Amino acid sequence: MRLLTHNMLSSNIKGVTNGFPLLIEAEKVVEKAVDFNEDFLKNMFAKIEWKALVDASKTMGYAELPDNVESSMLDSDEFLQKFHHALLELHLEEGALVCPETGRKFPVSKGIPNMLLHEDEV
Amino acid sequence: MQILCIMLSDIAQIRLVSSHPEVYDPCDDSFALVDALLADRANLLEHHPSICLEIGCGSGYVITSLALLLGKEASGAHYMATDINPHAVGVTRETLEAHGCHAELVNTDIALGLEKRLARSVDVIVVNPPYVPTPEEEVGCFGITSSWAGGENGRSVIDKILPVADKLLSEKGWLYLLTLTANNPLEICLLMRKKGYASRIILQRSTEEESLHIIKFWRDLDTLLEVKESMVLNKTDNRTVTESLPFPSFSVWRNLSRNFN
Ligand SMILES: C[S@@+](CC[C@H](N)C(=O)[O-])C[C@H]1O[C@@H](n2cnc3c(N)ncnc32)[C@H](O)[C@@H]1O
Repeated sequence: MRLLTHNMLSSNIKGVTNGFPLLIEAEKVVEKAVDFNEDFLKNMFAKIEWKALVDASKTMGYAELPDNVESSMLDSDEFLQKFHHALLELHLEEGALVCPETGRKFPVSKGIPNMLLHEDEV
Repeated sequence: MQILCIMLSDIAQIRLVSSHPEVYDPCDDSFALVDALLADRANLLEHHPSICLEIGCGSGYVITSLALLLGKEASGAHYMATDINPHAVGVTRETLEAHGCHAELVNTDIALGLEKRLARSVDVIVVNPPYVPTPEEEVGCFGITSSWAGGENGRSVIDKILPVADKLLSEKGWLYLLTLTANNPLEICLLMRKKGYASRIILQRSTEEESLHIIKFWRDLDTLLEVKESMVLNKTDNRTVTESLPFPSFSVWRNLSRNFN
């Protein structure tokens, strides 16, 4: 699971008002090289919750992202490379995503998060 | 020889598609959907999709084919797929890897967990839903049953997917939906029309057992205005929207005829 996906997931348990961002419990992180695509990054930038991405990448052992961003940084190649790496190349292989409100864990196994809810959570 | 190889590599290869006793193997419906995507390939490339999502990926045959057929020419595309069946997302992962592709996978009910943050962000949604008319109890059962069980008229899951697709699709977003005649595809077009979508049947195929349609939907300002106007009319003359809309809907035919021109 890429951090892009993490940035798009929230906890949907009944009664939870703020299920984003999910906390990450990382047991196994892998890095996979992905072709760099500037247009994609520029497209996604506006959709990304930046703080969630910074915190998530720190949990995954990557602390190079700046805490604060503005769109002018998209002109910097150095910034784009870091953004690319954090968003697309870091994968959570094994671990869990934790609902910030209830502590409920959504397991991640073989890189696939299980977001299915139990009957009493819907 | 080289040209032949390139042509063959345009979609997923059956021998590389992984399988599991509890997961739907690629079948006539899967092939029809991929054929429709292939036929629409030039439009898809021109569309420059950022995020493509398959709901109910099963073996992964369709999402892998989509990634392959768009290939390097759509290098800015990011692929995602969901399935309610945990075995299916596992098999999809293997199928993708065997073809050297990547899609982000989520084991979930339709797009639960993604709906909030992914709203208005998906440029292409592809769905081959469980469409077989069955008793309602069979819908959403775990394992292989969930791959076909569609409840009354085969519409239970489809009718849940439509509002989610509406929420997720970007302004320019397209939805490709496979349906069976028993699902009443024209009524589905009408339902989507009320949400402001135009539609076109882009592929029709009859097999021994079933007659399949692949419908493409997109947001259309004219459709939206027509619907709004008819709603205003309805307020004054007290009819329901359904009554005032011609059936089959105008835009379906308009677009069908456009297609033939
Ligand atoms: C007809 S099969 C299609 C599989 C594959 N896309 C293909 O074309 O070969 C339908 C798939 O939808 C999945 N499915 C059924 N209900 C679902 C739901 N509520 N959310 C997500 N996936 C679902 C099934 O597990 C199955 O894999």
